[in-house]
Amino acid sequence: MAESDVIRTRRLTRYFGHKAVVEELDFAVPRGQIVGLLGLNGAGKTTTIRMLLGLLEPTRGSCEVLGVDSRCLTPETRARIGHTVEGHFLYPWMRVRECERFGRETHPRWDGGFFERSVRRFGIDTEAKVAWLSRGQRAGVSLASTLASNPELLILDDPALGLDPVSRRALNETILEFCQSGQRSVLLSSHLLDDVERVADRVALMVDGTMVVNTTIDHFRARIAAWTIDAPDSPTAAGNLSMPVPIPRIVNCRPLGQRWQVTVVDPDEDTRAALSAIESRAMEPADVTFEDAVLAYLSRSRVYHSFYTEDAS
Amino acid sequence: MQIRVVPGSGAAIYRQIADQVQRAVAAGELAVGDPLPSVRALAKELVVNPNTVAKAYAELVADGVLETQPGRGVFVTERRAVYSQDERLRRLDEALETAVNESIRLDFSNAEILERMSVQLDKLNSRGKQNG
Repeated sequence: MAESDVIRTRRLTRYFGHKAVVEELDFAVPRGQIVGLLGLNGAGKTTTIRMLLGLLEPTRGSCEVLGVDSRCLTPETRARIGHTVEGHFLYPWMRVRECERFGRETHPRWDGGFFERSVRRFGIDTEAKVAWLSRGQRAGVSLASTLASNPELLILDDPALGLDPVSRRALNETILEFCQSGQRSVLLSSHLLDDVERVADRVALMVDGTMVVNTTIDHFRARIAAWTIDAPDSPTAAGNLSMPVPIPRIVNCRPLGQRWQVTVVDPDEDTRAALSAIESRAMEPADVTFEDAVLAYLSRSRVYHSFYTEDAS
Repeated sequence: MQIRVVPGSGAAIYRQIADQVQRAVAAGELAVGDPLPSVRALAKELVVNPNTVAKAYAELVADGVLETQPGRGVFVTERRAVYSQDERLRRLDEALETAVNESIRLDFSNAEILERMSVQLDKLNSRGKQNG
């Protein structure tokens, strides 16, 4: 494990019954980086996170967090890892300031100022009982408690699930403030692509238990290109799904009104040749947004299994 | 000067920031010697990763729009010629091509396009003088 990696998995694999939920995962989070972990529900994100935290045994392979194998994390190492779980569990009978005191008494490196600032961003009254809070505010308290314990590594499992726009903004601000020093790292699992594009340095994209993309956001965007093609039939299917026309490095082809959008990774001479061989009325390059690029990968997994090519991954 | 970013658009966030600063300088909204917000302050204001702002600034420094004064911050600089004459012409042609294509699609004559173009340039120049 490189000195600079805070998370490292080696061929990490987990089966549930006969189904591999995470398969041969090789992946690292460099120190000081915010990594957005993306994927459809069931892609293996939460299972991976649970193995990282030592809450679930890998079937094969291994993972290390802060240089320690996840299966033997000591309480000292655990204290350096912060994580929130889906749904943000808190004791409903506590008041917010009692959550703060609870945190202060259970964490040696508690940062009360950070807690204060974070809950204020979420618009939370510290006298309020947890049971009275909205979902977004509960997320705020849970996140503030986790971050105020001053961890080096933060693992957030879909913290934005069901948040209102104000809480989403507060969440992004809190994550960015937490990382200000450049020494702390975050693994952020999320479905909110706009937020990931805002805050993350890197993007890791899981499809069916394997990692298909793991790079910086800018690099990811730069490698993806798209064309809109005005043709009566799908250019990859030629009217017959069992006989697709091969386009090297294709990620996805989807209908766009009367036209087709073909998304490609690292287009080369062969790609261009294949594209120009398609009979079409018009073909032009299309702008690719971060969302387009991610969706191209995700929807391929859901719909276009037959168009998998080795190259595109 | 107000910078705004929109995630989920065709341009990367660092590109949106760089383009807006460049435009503000060209329009005279920012004059030579004006300071820009620090990387950290702008990142906080826009709620984006500071590395994104740093990347935009680095590109603007490389393009000769901004300069870093160690210990003081980032400032708009006297425009340096960072491109060769050929490269400048190539970039100009590239920029004009988009504008020309759009204009022709709207069915304007050459004379009309040229006239509007010079009106736009005059507007820019007078604004630059007011602020400068």
